[in-house]
Amino acid sequence: MVVLRTVNKKRPVNLDLTSIRFPVPAVASILHRVSGMALFVATPLLLWMLERSLDSADAFDALKATLDGFLAKAVVLAVLAGLLYHLAAGIRHLFMDMHIGDTLEGGRRGAWSAIAVAAVATLLMGVWLW
Amino acid sequence: MVDNVAGLARTGLRDWLVQRVSAVILALYTLFLLGFLLLNPDLQFADWQGLFAQGWFRMFTLLSVLSLAGHAWVGVWGVSTDYIHPYWLRLLFQVVVILALVVFVAWAVEILWGN
Repeated sequence: MVVLRTVNKKRPVNLDLTSIRFPVPAVASILHRVSGMALFVATPLLLWMLERSLDSADAFDALKATLDGFLAKAVVLAVLAGLLYHLAAGIRHLFMDMHIGDTLEGGRRGAWSAIAVAAVATLLMGVWLW
Repeated sequence: MVDNVAGLARTGLRDWLVQRVSAVILALYTLFLLGFLLLNPDLQFADWQGLFAQGWFRMFTLLSVLSLAGHAWVGVWGVSTDYIHPYWLRLLFQVVVILALVVFVAWAVEILWGN
C-alpha cells in the first residue's frame, strides 16, 4: 500500500487545460467527425434545394435569387467547407488504408495536407461564390 | 478475428467496407456535381433539368443518396457510441437517425421520379 501511494504521488498532474495541445492528427480526426455530423444535419437543406431546383423554371429562378443573398451564400460556403474537409480527410483515410502515410510522421503530414487542401479549396469556393 | 465480410451478422469489417465503398461513390458524385456547377457558371433550368433527366445520372444520384445513408449510419453510430453513454438515450438517438436516413432516401426518390 505504501508503495502504491508513493507511485501515485509521483504521477505528474496537469490540470492546466490550456497547456495541453492536441497533435495535428487528433485535430484532423475530430474535424472529420464534426464535419460528418454537420453534413448529416445539412442533408435536408441540400435535398430541399435539389427539390426546388428541379420543380419548375420559376422555382429554379426563385432558388437562384435566394442563394444570391449574403446569408445564403455564407450557409452554402459553410456546407462546402464541411464537404471539402470531409472529402479531403476521407481521401487521406483511403491512402492510409493502402499504407500510404500511415507512419507517425506520415500521419502528421497527411493531417496537415487534408486541412490545408480543404482550407485552400474552401477559400477558392468563397471567391467563386462572391 | 472477423474475416467474413459477406456474412449476415453486423461486423466491424463490414462497416469498414460499407464506409469505404460509399465514400468512393460519394466522392465521385461530389466531384462530378461540383465540376458541373463550376463549368456552368450561369446555369439555367433547362440544362439542370436536362442533367437530371438522364437515366444514368438519376441512378448515380440514387446510388449516392443510398451511399449517404449507409455512410452516415456507420459514422453517426460510431460517434454516438463514443459520446452518448446512457443506453436509452443512445438507442433513441440512433432510431431517430435511422428514421431520418430513410426519409432522406424516400425524399430523394420522390424528387428524382416523383413527377
